[in-house]
Amino acid sequence: MIRSKKLPLVEMPPRPMEAVPAVEIRNLSKWYGSFQALKDVDLTIARGEKLVICGPSGSGKSTLIRTVNALESFQEGRIVVDGIELTRKPEAVEAVRKKVGMVFQQFNLFPHLTVLENCTLALRLVRGVSQKEAEEKALHYLGKVRIPEQAHKYASQLSGGQQQRVAIARALSMQPDIMLFDEPTSALDPEMVKEVLDTMTQLAGEGMTMAVVTHEMGFARQVADRVVFMDRGEIVEQGTPSEFFSNPKELRARTFLSQILH
Amino acid sequence: MHYADNVDYPRLLSRPSIYIPGLAILFGILLYAQAGATSLGQALAGLFGLAEGSPLMANLLVALVITAVVAINIAVVMRLSLRHQVYAVWVELALLVLLFFYSFDLSFEFIRRKIGFLLTQGLVTTLYVSAVSIFIASILAMIGAIAKLSSNGIALGIANFYTSLFRGLPLLMQIYMIYLGLPQLGYVINAVPAGILALSLCYGAYMTEIFRAGIESIPKGQWEASRALGLKPKDTLTRIILPQAMRIIVPPTGNQFIAMLKDSSLVSVVGVWELMYLARTQGQTEFRHVEMMITASLIYWILSIVLELIQARIERRFNKAQVR
Repeated sequence: MIRSKKLPLVEMPPRPMEAVPAVEIRNLSKWYGSFQALKDVDLTIARGEKLVICGPSGSGKSTLIRTVNALESFQEGRIVVDGIELTRKPEAVEAVRKKVGMVFQQFNLFPHLTVLENCTLALRLVRGVSQKEAEEKALHYLGKVRIPEQAHKYASQLSGGQQQRVAIARALSMQPDIMLFDEPTSALDPEMVKEVLDTMTQLAGEGMTMAVVTHEMGFARQVADRVVFMDRGEIVEQGTPSEFFSNPKELRARTFLSQILH
Repeated sequence: MHYADNVDYPRLLSRPSIYIPGLAILFGILLYAQAGATSLGQALAGLFGLAEGSPLMANLLVALVITAVVAINIAVVMRLSLRHQVYAVWVELALLVLLFFYSFDLSFEFIRRKIGFLLTQGLVTTLYVSAVSIFIASILAMIGAIAKLSSNGIALGIANFYTSLFRGLPLLMQIYMIYLGLPQLGYVINAVPAGILALSLCYGAYMTEIFRAGIESIPKGQWEASRALGLKPKDTLTRIILPQAMRIIVPPTGNQFIAMLKDSSLVSVVGVWELMYLARTQGQTEFRHVEMMITASLIYWILSIVLELIQARIERRFNKAQVR
């Protein structure tokens, strides 16, 4: 991995794994005009932890993970990603985005590029990897998501599930330390949800640090180390999946679970 | 064709309730316009030995003949396949336009004598002025569009003022102001650079809006995905956004190119020897204005057709990823 020479923060001597959490969010608040989207949120994601964030729509869960790689701004509090304080400075944002991969609800593949080019473009432009090396790396990750044979097609020629797996491979090609998933299966046809969740489960098994906004409670039960429940911009309850699903303490969490589990 | 439904509605022109009243209206118009008095009408009437007869008879006869020709023509063309229908109608209409030109009793000998100069001097200058102007206008448009989408107040102010001024003033006025106004500031400018400058500035202003709209049409998710991957703003724009925006930008830009090709004739007012200027001046000496004007018009038309074909090719290229 190529690291920027300009960034002393990134060049810090390695500390013990437990000492620096993957993501540390302290007293985070965000407003859209007068509407407060995030209220004093505190959240720490340990290295290798698999976190599932759930909650009703408009609860701020997407907004929260989008602040982690600076796709959303925030007004108060602080975010530290792998020891790097996230400010609005270009160096800080660039350093954080190099560590964080993201998968979107709408895939957001680049429609004018082939699957392979989708995965190699940022490697070449951001990491300065040669074309040949970038293609090898991209094909490796396309193999991991089990669609290497589609490498020379365009996104519009693939099914939704395949597109989302390409999006995962694209993010992984950049070799991030942390992966954010913003409702990765919400835009998929039901029969394609499993192939994407399987890919994510496999990734979790390999030790990737993951923060997943999802309504897939089966995935949360099976994969998550911790479930965070948000409502109206704040974290209402959190715990291990078994605690959260069998014995939710808060009324709002109970109501939410009864609604989505039918 | 793209939007055809899977229903076989009766074709408009094959319905008697449309076909027959339509022909009746055509007949009525021809009669009212005294078709018998036209040169075509006189020739037809002569053919039937009615040259000296009553005008009413001539009108009736000519209107009847033309209506019958149109009726037969429609009936025949309707039997062709879609593609051949288009070709047939195109050829027929083009022949009518040429016939219209031919009716001016043109001196082809004069055209033959002058066309060489019209092409080597006039056409070359027109092409040169248009090509350079289109190139500069595209660059101005790109800069203008990026400025309009930036959060830099100075850039935004300049871009807004620029598009407002140069879209708001008549192009003819801009040409005069640059050619006659700049020397007032002590900078003497030649006719050709003045013309190119005016055309570039004016079309750059129009195209700024086209480019801006094209860039804005790309979904926000494309920007977000690029940023999440760590692409710099410059790379996001040139590698992700613009290649997709080109699909939206190309068709109206092709329109602008064709419009500019013809608006380049306006620089003839400052004495640039382009196609329109030569067409006006070459005809003057022998009072053969019409010959030169029609020749120039046809040259402009052919150029436009070439540009249309090029535009279609470019559109196909940028559409390749959209094919399902």
